[in-house]
Amino acid sequence: MSNIAISLKDVTVNYGDKRALTEASIDIPYHTFTGVIGMNGAGKSTMFKVIMGLVKPESGDVTICDDPVGIAQKHGHVAYVPQSEDVDWDFPVSVYDVVMMGRYGKQNAFKTAKKEDHEHVTRALEQVRMLDHKHHQIGELSGGQKKRVFVARALAQGADILLLDEPFAGLDATSEKSLIELFVRLKEEGKTVILATHDLLSLPDTCDHVALVKYTVVAHGPTKKVFTKDLVEQTFDGLLHHIKFD
Amino acid sequence: MLVIDFILEPLQFAFMTKAVIVSVVVGVTLAIMSCFLILKSWALLGDAISHAVLPGVVVAYLLGIPFGLGAFVAAMLAVVLIGYIKSNTKIKEDAVMGIVFTMFFSLGIMMISKVISSVDLTHVLFGEVLGISNESAWYTIITLTLVSIAVLAFRRVFTVFCFDPTHGRAIGLPMTLLHYSFLVLLAIAITGSIQTVGIILVIAMLITPGSTAFLLTKRFSTMIWIAVAASVFSSLVGAYSSYYFDIATGGTIVFVQSIIFLLVLVYTKLLPQRSR
Repeated sequence: MSNIAISLKDVTVNYGDKRALTEASIDIPYHTFTGVIGMNGAGKSTMFKVIMGLVKPESGDVTICDDPVGIAQKHGHVAYVPQSEDVDWDFPVSVYDVVMMGRYGKQNAFKTAKKEDHEHVTRALEQVRMLDHKHHQIGELSGGQKKRVFVARALAQGADILLLDEPFAGLDATSEKSLIELFVRLKEEGKTVILATHDLLSLPDTCDHVALVKYTVVAHGPTKKVFTKDLVEQTFDGLLHHIKFD
Repeated sequence: MLVIDFILEPLQFAFMTKAVIVSVVVGVTLAIMSCFLILKSWALLGDAISHAVLPGVVVAYLLGIPFGLGAFVAAMLAVVLIGYIKSNTKIKEDAVMGIVFTMFFSLGIMMISKVISSVDLTHVLFGEVLGISNESAWYTIITLTLVSIAVLAFRRVFTVFCFDPTHGRAIGLPMTLLHYSFLVLLAIAITGSIQTVGIILVIAMLITPGSTAFLLTKRFSTMIWIAVAASVFSSLVGAYSSYYFDIATGGTIVFVQSIIFLLVLVYTKLLPQRSR
């Protein structure tokens, strides 16, 4: 087994005649906390979709935990935490129900929960400190708590890799800080955490790796090496006056 | 007259017993479907399918087979056509549905004007459960019971399908299969219900009970129970109104459902949120 959790090799994706990713290559090692940054429409979401197997690349290879995408889906290697705006928060499901959905990949067609499933769900809720809220309907939670529920679903799924799309959008500073602490803890427990974010200000303190995306992977590596003025300006067309670089 | 006589007296007639059973089965099935449909925001699709079945009903009438069967074939054709136009043009989905269902509906109207009497047309459009044939009654009872069982048995995956299909796909659940299964179940449910409520009003039975229940609860299982209760009550009122007052069954069922919805709406607006 290699130490690479996700490997994209020369991945190209086009939507009709609109190009999304062109020959993007990246190797993301296990047990890292990677921030994927780039402008809106620069291909971050497409990259996530390729990793989850929702979009098939026109060309190139994708390997997840040494498996092709289809196998990785069956194993539940990758879990996705959706953007808040993509979730119907009025949906009549409880916190516990949502986390149980993480177990569905491992259950029979009727998704009847066994003792072991309930144990996984309870443990996942404990890990994100949301067990006290398990009977709440999901819309009754605060922004940070909502994120924690979906992180718990990822943990209940047994995923090694967590993809988070703009997890800090709309959160106050305190919620953001405690969420970052959770991600760091998960990384230390052996998860690979990957998040797409606009939040360049806190990124150097948060992520140990950075991937810069502009229709391809411009650069990727440890934050100190990659999060430099030149590279970041190149990714954002130089529109960055408010960021201080070391 | 005692209430019990009021309820039991009509049941000595076979046609009325049949009508009551069919109405209740229709009410239960459409109420269950409605909970998923409104959470998936598929109300318009339900409307499209219900109108698109008309030419199928006419053909079934000519061939002497149960309406539901012909209606099902027409519904599937409409769904396939909607899917094809949507994926191969830049026209938005709601416009595509509008075009396709009116195309089918107008074709049905043309066919009817040539081959069926206006009395039968009224039955197709507005329902006439008291006059349902044995064959149609059995067709409705069997198909709709199977639909209810299938939807309830797979309710958890259908919930994922409505709530978070991206997650479903990411963990390898067959979301495309679920999509088409739900469409087929929806088409069967609609076509099996036409004789009771008619083509025009069947959509109300697929939207109102679920919406009423959604106002009252934050739990999905409770939502289904409330929707079923509201729907069955309305169906019974509809069937008995037909018998006693000669009022159209479908119209009564849907009107009672709407009144329940309004009462619940007022109740929830007057009551503070937290006590629910």
